[in-house]
Amino acid sequence: MNFELLFQLLLNGLIVGTLYGVVAMCFVLIYKSTQIVNFAQGEFLLIGAWVCYAFLVEMQMPFWLGFLFTLLFMMAFGIVLQMVVLRPMIGEPIISVIMVTIGLSIFFQAATKWIFGATTATYPQVFSERSINLFGMQIETAYIMSFVISLVIMAAFYWFFKYSKLGLAMRATAFDQQVAQSLGISVKTVFAMSWAISALVSGVAGIVIGMVNGVSSALSVIGIKVFPAVILGGLDSIIGAIVGGVIIGLLENTAEFVDGQYLHWGNLFSIAPFYVLIIILCIKPYGLFGTKDIERI
Amino acid sequence: MAGFSMRPCGDFRTTYRQDTRIFDTTFVRNAAILGVIATALIPFVLDGYYVNLFIQISYFAIAALGLNILVGFTGQISLGHAAFFGFGAFASAWINNTTGIPVLLSIPLAGLMTAAVGLLFGLPAARIKGLYLAIATLAAQFILEDFFARADWFTGGSYGAAANPVNVFGYEVLDDFSFFYVCLFFLVVMYLLGTNLMRTRDGRAFVAVRDHYLSAEIMGINLTKYRLMSFAISSFYAGVGGAMYGHYLGFVSAEGFTILLSIQFLGMIIIGGLGSVKGTLMGTVFMVLLPEVMENGVGLLSVFEWANSTAVTDGLAYIKEMAIGLAIILFLIFEPDGLAHRWQQIRAYWKLYPFSY
Repeated sequence: MNFELLFQLLLNGLIVGTLYGVVAMCFVLIYKSTQIVNFAQGEFLLIGAWVCYAFLVEMQMPFWLGFLFTLLFMMAFGIVLQMVVLRPMIGEPIISVIMVTIGLSIFFQAATKWIFGATTATYPQVFSERSINLFGMQIETAYIMSFVISLVIMAAFYWFFKYSKLGLAMRATAFDQQVAQSLGISVKTVFAMSWAISALVSGVAGIVIGMVNGVSSALSVIGIKVFPAVILGGLDSIIGAIVGGVIIGLLENTAEFVDGQYLHWGNLFSIAPFYVLIIILCIKPYGLFGTKDIERI
Repeated sequence: MAGFSMRPCGDFRTTYRQDTRIFDTTFVRNAAILGVIATALIPFVLDGYYVNLFIQISYFAIAALGLNILVGFTGQISLGHAAFFGFGAFASAWINNTTGIPVLLSIPLAGLMTAAVGLLFGLPAARIKGLYLAIATLAAQFILEDFFARADWFTGGSYGAAANPVNVFGYEVLDDFSFFYVCLFFLVVMYLLGTNLMRTRDGRAFVAVRDHYLSAEIMGINLTKYRLMSFAISSFYAGVGGAMYGHYLGFVSAEGFTILLSIQFLGMIIIGGLGSVKGTLMGTVFMVLLPEVMENGVGLLSVFEWANSTAVTDGLAYIKEMAIGLAIILFLIFEPDGLAHRWQQIRAYWKLYPFSY
């Protein structure tokens, strides 16, 4: 047994898993506050990464400025998307809501391919050192940065929902829309803001992953990988999203290890999360932390 | 969706039998029969391009009808229809290649095999519904796609599988011209079966499960049984459609059945109208013709400077994909009941003209 490889893979799994966790958190944020399942989450990552790329490479901005502009763009993008496409969908049956986001997903995927091309592009080098030595392991600087950024985002989420006024308003809306509205919370603003925050944070995740792996349409696959994570953690639990993301990340890399060392099947790591997904749905559909729906007649 | 029908004055229904007829009025029945006859004449009048389009429409329409039975009539969401479509294609080729059963028989047999697989993946549906089911079928899509690439004995792995042409009583159907009639036959049979299904107890049970599953259960409808049954029937249709696709192309490769095709199937039934058999056909026609019309549209626009730019000509594939997404979004926002509903309104307008109230 190759312990060094296993350890390296598990470390990768942890880092990738926290990123999954961040994206899953954005997904849960939208689901919790607006009851919409966003199949276009992966495209948020894609758009964020490409827009940042355009600012940095084509307009030659310094990194911090391009990054800031990307954040602003993603925020506006989320708000506009909610207002134009998702607002007419309020109160429609679940199939319509799902299909709208799927429609958005294929639209933006094709649009980014059309505008930016289908080939992988790499960001200019941000760090001077490519990799650093930590406890005898070679770890890419970008990986460390992505891990740190993920933790910062999670801490920011925690602060936002615990202490900020808007965050509290969003939690109230998620709890009960009518009560929230009667207490003077603008539900429309809350809906728009949850899409804006989700788009923004997903955009950041997209940039981070783009720095590590390069920007290509493969980024949107993360939007699909999010589903095992959120189902595992529970669809309406933010903590669950993070835990689910980390578990799926670790699972993927463990599957890769088992596959590479013993089974030699090929792409087991990309398909293993979906087997897990089916199993969870069969035995514990509400996940680890999700609230169980109780139906009354 | 049936709700309100345009009936001539004085034409009343006096028995339940009349109320559940397939065709609402004699006129509609005659129009449908004439429509089939007119379609049968297509190969004599129009050239090969249109015959090919019709063949595409027919196998997609059969699979889409299956999806509509599942989504539109039973209210279960499936994001993995393309995988079942693909399974049907591989199954038919496999049955025909290994056992020598004639293709015409192996197509329905492939449908049955796909129905069994559909049952397997429908099992979670016994416990979950709505969104959770959508995600479970999404997983089914990826698992089956992986299976296609892996199962060499069944699909030929990454090389794909060869599918023999249809053989009717010793006569090999090799060209589009004859295959057109095979398609027409299957299309008519499958659509009649589908329409009939909705008139039976089972069909009504599906609709009851969709409309209010708790009430349906209280009225003595076995939810698990009907949900699974709906999955099986939908997969059967997908399998038959897929088998026809396979035998038409003569070659099945694992790459063709991606999630994009699943989304296209869903797009067909949403654009056509959920819970409408006629709408399914309309939606399929729309979805198949959309890229073709765009292709020709760009050809017509080539008199303009911008239409000849590389951005348009090279990106046409992406523009087509964008159009599919856009069509789904626009229909959901502006016409959620689909083309079938629009058609009703157009009919009502002319019927009641000029006093439309």
